[in-house]
Amino acid sequence: MTTRPARATSAATLKRRAQLRRVSQTIGTYAVWIISSVLTLFPIYWLITVASRSRVELFPPPDLSPTFFQNIHWKNFTDPFVNGQQGDYLINSIVISTSHAVLVVILAVMATYALSRYQLAGADNVFFWTITNRMAPPAAFLLPLFLMFTRFAKIGDWTLFDTRIGLILLYCVFNLPFAIWLLKGIMDGIPRELDEAVLVDGGNLWVVLSRIIVPLAAPGIAITALLSWVFAWNEYLFAATLTSVEARTITTGLAEFVTVTGTSWGEMAAVGLVSLLPALVFLTLVQRYIVMGLTFGAVKG
Amino acid sequence: MKSNRSAWLLLSPTLLILFLTGFVPFIYVLWVGFFDWNTFSASGVMQYTGVNNFRRLVFDEAFLSSLRRTLVFMVTTVSIEMILGFALAGLLIRDFPGKAIFRTIHALPLMVAPIVVGAVWKLMTFPGFGPIPHFLNEWFDINYNLGTSVSQSFWTIVFMDVWHWTPFVTLTLLAGLSAMPKEPFEGARVDGANRIQQFRYITLPLLMPMILTTLFLRIMDALRIVDEVWMLTGGGPGAATRYVGIHIWRVVFPQTDYGYGSAMSLLLLYFTVVLCWLLFISITQTGRRAQ
Repeated sequence: MTTRPARATSAATLKRRAQLRRVSQTIGTYAVWIISSVLTLFPIYWLITVASRSRVELFPPPDLSPTFFQNIHWKNFTDPFVNGQQGDYLINSIVISTSHAVLVVILAVMATYALSRYQLAGADNVFFWTITNRMAPPAAFLLPLFLMFTRFAKIGDWTLFDTRIGLILLYCVFNLPFAIWLLKGIMDGIPRELDEAVLVDGGNLWVVLSRIIVPLAAPGIAITALLSWVFAWNEYLFAATLTSVEARTITTGLAEFVTVTGTSWGEMAAVGLVSLLPALVFLTLVQRYIVMGLTFGAVKG
Repeated sequence: MKSNRSAWLLLSPTLLILFLTGFVPFIYVLWVGFFDWNTFSASGVMQYTGVNNFRRLVFDEAFLSSLRRTLVFMVTTVSIEMILGFALAGLLIRDFPGKAIFRTIHALPLMVAPIVVGAVWKLMTFPGFGPIPHFLNEWFDINYNLGTSVSQSFWTIVFMDVWHWTPFVTLTLLAGLSAMPKEPFEGARVDGANRIQQFRYITLPLLMPMILTTLFLRIMDALRIVDEVWMLTGGGPGAATRYVGIHIWRVVFPQTDYGYGSAMSLLLLYFTVVLCWLLFISITQTGRRAQ
């Protein structure tokens, strides 16, 4: 008789304890998310803060409050972009990244279709060779490409050195493999029967690609294009080595700030912020697919 | 059936570009590597030296120590990122309102250009107005200066890389954990397996392919690091953070010793290809054993 009420209370306490545990787990999850998010966002926040301040406002001790709500020192932006070279660099970056993304997507769709639909001798080797290119340190490519750009790829006096087209072609070494790997998984998922039906009906390869493959793979192609764009935009090492005046990109413009003595930190932060903006815009578009993109399609996000 | 000719036709522009930019330069460099070719030297012409460039390389302490430093850096950052990323993924697997926003915030560093990451951390750590040196000094009385302290430079770069790439590990493993089937866990719980046993015998083996893929990509990427470090420390103080990429870029290039630089590029590429294959083979084998 005495055991029954005891057991009842213990059941109730167990229930309450489970509830308590669930609540504390939720709080814990939120806490971890919030702390890690603050750590992630703070450096970016500091970049924005520095970009909005004049030299005097940056005097130590550092003021962490969001002063950009009250006052933005626009000179940080106008000096490098309007009066300085950074505006030209920005245009170069936009032109290079955009043409590069278009080129990569066109080539990758064609190549991936061939790799996905035909039994080609040596196709696997081609596939793996492309990925070694992507994995190799860019530093190993630096001198070979520099010599090629300045010495032996020349027509008369014209070389690839310091041209936009040079960078557009060069980034293909790294981004074409990436695009092919990403698109291969997507294209393998499109049923073969669809394009075979078109071919039986007398359509040619162009019809298959434009009417079947591209529309069905459109989301994948869009992600590939956006990520190739971002990779080209973000690239620094080759842009710094293989250009001098005409084809400099925004990333090289940003790096120029540290080599100049008496760095203007506000301007540097402003240039950094501008080169960060496309990433922020694309992030909202491709957030769900970033994991898939960065693992070459190995992990579906 | 469809003809293979059209397939090769579709592949040809890709192969042509990859051949021209990824292969031809190396053939050229393989040739240059056997010459003494320094555009600053008196003659400035190429002179055949046989394997001298490669022989010099094996005893080049600056180059070898930059390789060692790169490996130490890679092992440190990748282990921290894998452990931290895994822990975060495990903690964050639970569903709750607002998860998408937090995921987006975490994906942010992944899209930021490495050079901008370097600039951001430069602004964070610059003596004077940077918050990190200021508050380290104020709260812990630590004298923080990237320009003089070897260990502080190293750990700052490690921290920067962890900031930049841990989200990659977290999001990848989170994707893997979310896609995991429920049945094995229910079965194990019925059989009385505790949480650690469930983790050891179900979660880990199921997640292993994903962990290994992430590990592989992180290792290869950590070895490529140049931009962030160049921006933050410039390879200094001294040569303390001069990793192999910076070494080739900043030491060989200004000297315009093209023959020797060619040998160095080739050796680095060779190391990478070998390492890539070793990792790839061991990963596929471990993956098979885990299943």
